[in-house]
Amino acid sequence: MAGGASAAGGVPTGGGASAAGGVPAPGAVPVPGPAGAGGAGADDAAVPRRVRVVLVDDHRMFRTGVQAEIGETARTGVEVVGEAADVDQAVTVITATRPEVVLLDVHLPGGGGVEVLRRSASLMADQERPVRFLALSVSDAAEDVIGVIRGGARGYVTKTITGTDLVDAIFRVSEGDAVFSPRLAGFVLDAFASTDAPPVDEDLDRLTQREREVLRLIARGYAYKEIAKQLFISVKTVESHVSAVLRKLQLSNRHELTRWATARRLV
Amino acid sequence: MTAAVPPTTPEPPPRKLYRSAEGRLLGGVARGLAGHLGLPVLWVRIVFVALVMAEGFGALVYALFWFIVPLGVGGVETMTTRPLTTVGPDGRRRILARRPERGQIIALVALCVGMGIFIQGFHLGRANTYIWPLLLIGAGVALFWRQADNARRAQWVELSRSKRVLPLARGATGVVLVAAGVSGIVVLQGSAKHLGAVLQAALAVLVGIALLVGPYVVRMTHDLSEERLMRIRAQERAEVAAHVHDSVLHTLTLIQRNAEEPREVARLARAQERELRAWLYRPEGTGKDEAEEPDTLAEAVKKTAAEVEDHHGVPIEVVVVGDCPLDERLGAQIQAAREAMVNAAKYGGDGGAVQVFAEVEGATVFISVRDRGPGFDVDAVPEDRMGVRESIIGRMQRNGGTARLRSAPDGGTEVELEMERAATT
Repeated sequence: MAGGASAAGGVPTGGGASAAGGVPAPGAVPVPGPAGAGGAGADDAAVPRRVRVVLVDDHRMFRTGVQAEIGETARTGVEVVGEAADVDQAVTVITATRPEVVLLDVHLPGGGGVEVLRRSASLMADQERPVRFLALSVSDAAEDVIGVIRGGARGYVTKTITGTDLVDAIFRVSEGDAVFSPRLAGFVLDAFASTDAPPVDEDLDRLTQREREVLRLIARGYAYKEIAKQLFISVKTVESHVSAVLRKLQLSNRHELTRWATARRLV
Repeated sequence: MTAAVPPTTPEPPPRKLYRSAEGRLLGGVARGLAGHLGLPVLWVRIVFVALVMAEGFGALVYALFWFIVPLGVGGVETMTTRPLTTVGPDGRRRILARRPERGQIIALVALCVGMGIFIQGFHLGRANTYIWPLLLIGAGVALFWRQADNARRAQWVELSRSKRVLPLARGATGVVLVAAGVSGIVVLQGSAKHLGAVLQAALAVLVGIALLVGPYVVRMTHDLSEERLMRIRAQERAEVAAHVHDSVLHTLTLIQRNAEEPREVARLARAQERELRAWLYRPEGTGKDEAEEPDTLAEAVKKTAAEVEDHHGVPIEVVVVGDCPLDERLGAQIQAAREAMVNAAKYGGDGGAVQVFAEVEGATVFISVRDRGPGFDVDAVPEDRMGVRESIIGRMQRNGGTARLRSAPDGGTEVELEMERAATT
């Protein structure tokens, strides 16, 4: 557990790494809220950006492993500020620590990751400091994926992901982008495959040619940089395509998507 | 689970007397007896009929047997043994529609009429008038008992829902026959004038009983089906547990033994993970057993990747979009893809997982194999090295497809295979 909670309360400690010696760095806005919360954006440009993360997983071994892989703040820029092992704990910890990113296990006692997303809806919708969710799972089941994405997660990766890639994904999600694993990309392509059913909403129920190309390359194991190179577009454009797909995935009423979702009462 | 086979020939189990559930005409008594005594069924039936002629003694014996002897899978083999279940195209078991038991009903009617005429031959005086009602009652009871037998049999053979109506109809017919017989007797006691009233009274009694017993019966059937569901679940759980225990423990043991060889450990863990996934996430309705030969593209690609992964110890991630049945051309494409995967695992495996992507779009099947190894120059491969040129490019071209090899951006090699599938869908 990082982020030593001072009993003084109210004064951000700057994550313990501020050179200002107790005085808040210029530009740092004291945030009313839990003690020990390093103010977002309090870092100088010289210091690499930090991302505050909460781990939610019912397997202690896995939490320990992830902590060891990404938790070295100095090296990775990720600071693990809380952990939780079930739905109730998760909601409590997330509300108390207000992290930027939550690594969320899909299968959780007490209702699963979907339940955590449902109960954190207001935090996700926050304009100032939204809490963003990245789903992790060992499962490849379509309904699991679709469930958490429709529940509001900004991405989905399997637990076999390497530490480096995970850190990369966390930063990406914290900036508001979407993260698709190859498998998720393949699944989305499948779900949006051309069917005979006429789309209910032309904007939401169809992928554009470009989005399809991007997804295809993700499914083929390309990184965003490589996709940009391949399609002669910028990385930013790739990201916006992926985000657009994510939006469609969350809002589309395509019958395949809703079928999975309703089968598990996720809608 | 192989038990040691004892050298001695196993003794046949002691034969118990059961009524035969298969190929019976009435209650399966004759067939069961025949099976028990080792005689042809026809003989036993003839004996029974003869006994019936003897003052109806046979009927009594038969009824007693029917009532006492439990229904079982005994008796002699039927002439045409048909499987009770068949595996449908979707892999679910289905109950074969059985022939309506016309023969049995005819036998019943014939027996009744025969007995009626036979007994009428005697001059029993006043009792003669009661014969037909009594026979009606007998027939009703017989029908009803048969129904009870069927209900018991349904515990072994899950009858599908659509067949529920027939048993109900049969049971109801039995009840109606009994009611009619009883009314007949009552009417004979009194006079035909009272027929309407008596029938009404009988009906009222029946409805009353149904109202009293109905909810109880419904609740009981509900409880029974509930219990059955629980049992099936428990069985499924036990099956999973057994499977998981077996193979996972096995793998863990091997991993401990090979702790010094990280590659081997990784390979074992991957193989076990794959197997477990196949078990856990396989869609409903497919058999849990290993499929011998894949017959769709997705299955074939996954299987091929699994084999290469196992053989070379390099993780291969597979993503498949869409699916279609395999044909000859696609078989060739899978072969080429295998070759590409082997190359990727051999020469590019140090760069991390090999990524395989297959997509079916309309009539086109596209497969790409991508590694993040050092890459290689296709033109620099000596002429006498046939690997890539023959087994990938050549094979694809011979079958009317295309293959492209290229260096992927940011290092590594990518093989792209495209093939038009035979348009038969």
